[in-house]
Amino acid sequence: MRKLVFYLFLIFWTIIFMYPFLWMISATIRPEAEIGGFGIIPSKITFDSYEKVFEKIPIFRALLNSTIVATSVTLGVIIFSSMIGYSLARHRFRGRNLIFGVILFTMTMPFQITLIPQYILMVKFQWTETFLALIVPYLVNTFAIILFRQHFLTIPQDLIDAAKMDGCSEFTILFRILYPISTPAIVTVGIITFMAIWNEVLWPLIVIHEQHLMTLPQLVTIFVVGGQAESLMGVKLAAATMLAAPIIIAYSIFQRYFIASMATSGLKG
Amino acid sequence: MKTKRDKIGYVFVLPYLIHFSVFVAFPLAFSFVLIFHKWDIISPMDWVGFSNFSKLVQDVLFFKAIRNTLVFLVIHIPLQIIIALALAEFLNQKIRFRGFFRASYFMPVVVSGVVITILWQQLYAQDSGIINSLLVKLAGVKLPWLTSVKLAMPSIAIMATWKNVGLYIVLFLVGLQTVPKYMYEAADIEGASHWQKFRHITLPMINPTMIMVVIISTIGGFSLFIEPYIMTGGGPLNSTLSAMLYIYRQAFSFYHMGYAATLGFFFALIVFSVVLIQKKIIERENIY
Repeated sequence: MRKLVFYLFLIFWTIIFMYPFLWMISATIRPEAEIGGFGIIPSKITFDSYEKVFEKIPIFRALLNSTIVATSVTLGVIIFSSMIGYSLARHRFRGRNLIFGVILFTMTMPFQITLIPQYILMVKFQWTETFLALIVPYLVNTFAIILFRQHFLTIPQDLIDAAKMDGCSEFTILFRILYPISTPAIVTVGIITFMAIWNEVLWPLIVIHEQHLMTLPQLVTIFVVGGQAESLMGVKLAAATMLAAPIIIAYSIFQRYFIASMATSGLKG
Repeated sequence: MKTKRDKIGYVFVLPYLIHFSVFVAFPLAFSFVLIFHKWDIISPMDWVGFSNFSKLVQDVLFFKAIRNTLVFLVIHIPLQIIIALALAEFLNQKIRFRGFFRASYFMPVVVSGVVITILWQQLYAQDSGIINSLLVKLAGVKLPWLTSVKLAMPSIAIMATWKNVGLYIVLFLVGLQTVPKYMYEAADIEGASHWQKFRHITLPMINPTMIMVVIISTIGGFSLFIEPYIMTGGGPLNSTLSAMLYIYRQAFSFYHMGYAATLGFFFALIVFSVVLIQKKIIERENIY
């Protein structure tokens, strides 16, 4: 009996967290007049809401934009942060501790302080209305550097020494020898970076204003806030569902990795 | 052992040095220039001395925005910690399908805040929303979730809790698993109650997790932006105007770059001090 109450309690919370999503998906395939209320079983299925979204905004273009931006940043962060992290863990050079200290310090610095000057920098570089503004400032990430540094500290020195004996260059050591045994660290950095960039919306709102360059969350935001959705609930929710779909699909397949990665970071998506 | 080879280190950290100079050091230095200027980006900068500061001190709306943000934090953080800790305690028992439950609670964490806000805007809807239709059935009342000055910010705080709590459940779970079993066993022998064990063993032991959770959610809470931007536009009567939303408007609706930079600078100081104070308090409270 006690067990039953216990599981009912856990199931109750699953419903709290999952039901709104089911309701959302169901609302997007119902006729507009039927949305509202508690139920999720549609009397008749229609794709009108999605057709309206396709008609009004270039949502597939935005999906492509988001994919390009998030993929470039993720690859860049993995490559650069692993290089920097490897060096901070394994090379002895003057100023190394200073650099590490600076990294730790900048992590505690609230981003609000540099937001406006960074925007002005983008204007001066003439990077606004280009993907450069969405990609380049994010290519180095202090959190990823720390994570790679901690990881590379655990690699036995013998392995690196052996590679050096064989005449491997430092680049070969990192990318050919250490990478294959660093999958967990790479996956963690990859997932966190990709999710953070995919869901980022404040910065795109600031540096991009042309519709065909907008990222997916930005386009959906503008669509909903800017009145283009004509306060049609189904249409707004259809746009939101399309924004959620890629991450939800990835999450259902790789949820273990998502949760493990986020747990090591404590970063918000 | 230092070798010539180690000089390659400079090549490896070069990307960081470049990134730091361009995207951290320069903006930081430039923000000190900006706060003494009036500037709309297009015309030349205008030196105005300390007038941005005197403007800030008298800016009623900015302080209202900070107050709103604090209201958000004061509801959001305790609510989130209580729910996350309770659910983590439940999930930490010997149960089946733990992975499933954990994954379902975690789901809103991975989904974009934009999606969550659009969805909750409908859930909170006055007449057709799920929440009010449920309330009507259970209690026969409707609440003006997003249209009441008093309720709008708490509504956003509840939504944010729903979105983020899964992350904190997972963080607390990790923390709970570090508490050694023998401590509970010893307490059992002494006849300690559930609550006593929780208060005197669990809480002190997971203090590092608690610090992390409080700090992460404080920093996250201070950056509250997209939720009010989409859901209420800062209304009704500026009751959900967050500090970030106000800074955003000063900069990108009015092009008051100097003033917005001053606000950002001042606000960053607040964030930094609050986090520092929290850290001190939590660290002190749980010395046992």
